[in-house]
Amino acid sequence: MTAPREEVLLRHGNATRVAHWAVAIAFVALFLSGLALFHPFFFWISALFGGGPFLRILHPFAGVALVLVFYPYAAAHLRDNRWLPVDGRWVRNMGAYMRNEHPDVGETHKYNAGQKLMYWSMIPILALLLLTGLLVWQPWIAPHVPAGVRRAAGLLHAVGAFVMFVGIGIHVYAAIWTKGSIDAMIRGTVSGAWARFHHPAWYREMTGREPR
Amino acid sequence: MALQSLDVRNVSARTSPPPSARTTLEVAKLIDVSRCIGCKACQSACMEWNDLRDEIGVNAGAYTNPPDLSDQSWTLMRFTEEEIDGQLRWLILKEGCLHCAEPGCLKACPAPGAIVQYASGIVDFHEEDCIGCGDCIAGCPFDIPRLSRRDSKVYKCTLCSDRVAVGLEPACVKTCPTMAISFGSKTDMRFAAEERLPDLRERGFAHAAVYDPPGVGGTHVLYVLPHGDRPEAYGLPRDPRLGGVLRLWRSGTARTAGVVTLFSVLVAGILHYMRRGPLEVPPERPGGKEA
Repeated sequence: MTAPREEVLLRHGNATRVAHWAVAIAFVALFLSGLALFHPFFFWISALFGGGPFLRILHPFAGVALVLVFYPYAAAHLRDNRWLPVDGRWVRNMGAYMRNEHPDVGETHKYNAGQKLMYWSMIPILALLLLTGLLVWQPWIAPHVPAGVRRAAGLLHAVGAFVMFVGIGIHVYAAIWTKGSIDAMIRGTVSGAWARFHHPAWYREMTGREPR
Repeated sequence: MALQSLDVRNVSARTSPPPSARTTLEVAKLIDVSRCIGCKACQSACMEWNDLRDEIGVNAGAYTNPPDLSDQSWTLMRFTEEEIDGQLRWLILKEGCLHCAEPGCLKACPAPGAIVQYASGIVDFHEEDCIGCGDCIAGCPFDIPRLSRRDSKVYKCTLCSDRVAVGLEPACVKTCPTMAISFGSKTDMRFAAEERLPDLRERGFAHAAVYDPPGVGGTHVLYVLPHGDRPEAYGLPRDPRLGGVLRLWRSGTARTAGVVTLFSVLVAGILHYMRRGPLEVPPERPGGKEA
């Protein structure tokens, strides 16, 4: 039996959406300020942060703020991101999925395998960035850290940031590509049809009805 | 210490080469440790010329005073007691920036123009462009730059770049009463240093040597060390190098490749969207099945 057209499901609650956009703002601030320090070509971005010295002061605080919001946010969604047997099927069909060929990826739950891979890659990368960032934090922590350790921390921080922002770039594009997902993160809701198509198992859990 | 009158060889975090048509004389300061009596006149002269006043500290049980370099002490007499060949030796080293030909501080610095290497070989910090990240301290193989707690800028010996620019010798050189410090062209100073060695060896310092470490491309502050086989006894690293980690961390090629990769993700997204279109929910057939 077809569900009514106007069916609406709550996908992201208020707390989730606030946490998501708080993390997003911190990410943008960290990306821009980090990029200014990463390559001299982008040093002009420091003007957006009140100049080089103030950018250097702000960047670590933004990083700590990000971590303080991100980990509780991630913890709250741990259950939905556990790796399930069905996720292997999504991974095997990833190419066709990305070619927009609508392959049969099995009955995905609240998050598909791509989203879960993003989730699980961000957790260690942010920990690495936090640790290496703390080690070079002037003027409090860095003076007590040996120069060799700070060089290594600087290198790992740059590599970690690169990996993270490539990942975030993919995440942002995937959200633009998958129609309805940005609306879902802004207003919190998706249509029943959207849920049936993208996350059939989650649809069943939410409504008790069969997705197809 | 900004000095536009000096010709520039290298600038921190630059995207294009600095103007480098003119070639000027490469200078060097020679510190003959064997002639140093530890009077600290050079320390005073440095304070006087640069208008620096360090905090009055406490006696830490050695002649070294203040106990370490700081934003207010750009040079320091380091006194160490070492047993060398069964004899107690009282070693004195005039500590300060060595003005490396390949400066680790400049390589590590992310702030455009904050560290400048002049054609003369002087490595100078332009504090007005310093952002206070302290990366230069991590990049220095000699642990010389010091971050000020007051203004979060990094300071070190300028080799009196302001004096050198107008044809004067550095303040410490001018004041040294035993002429343990001399100043001139790098070639002359290297020659004078080498010339000093036979005399020292004759006087029993069999391992006397010139300290001009090749790992950093040589320095523009040279030492004549009576116990040249043991530089670490004076507090100098035996074989200072920039090291692979610093080179990889600050590799311009790697960073540019990183930025290009990052932006190619953006381009790939645009192309993907143009070719494949958005992922949309297909219209449902009456039976509820995908059309």
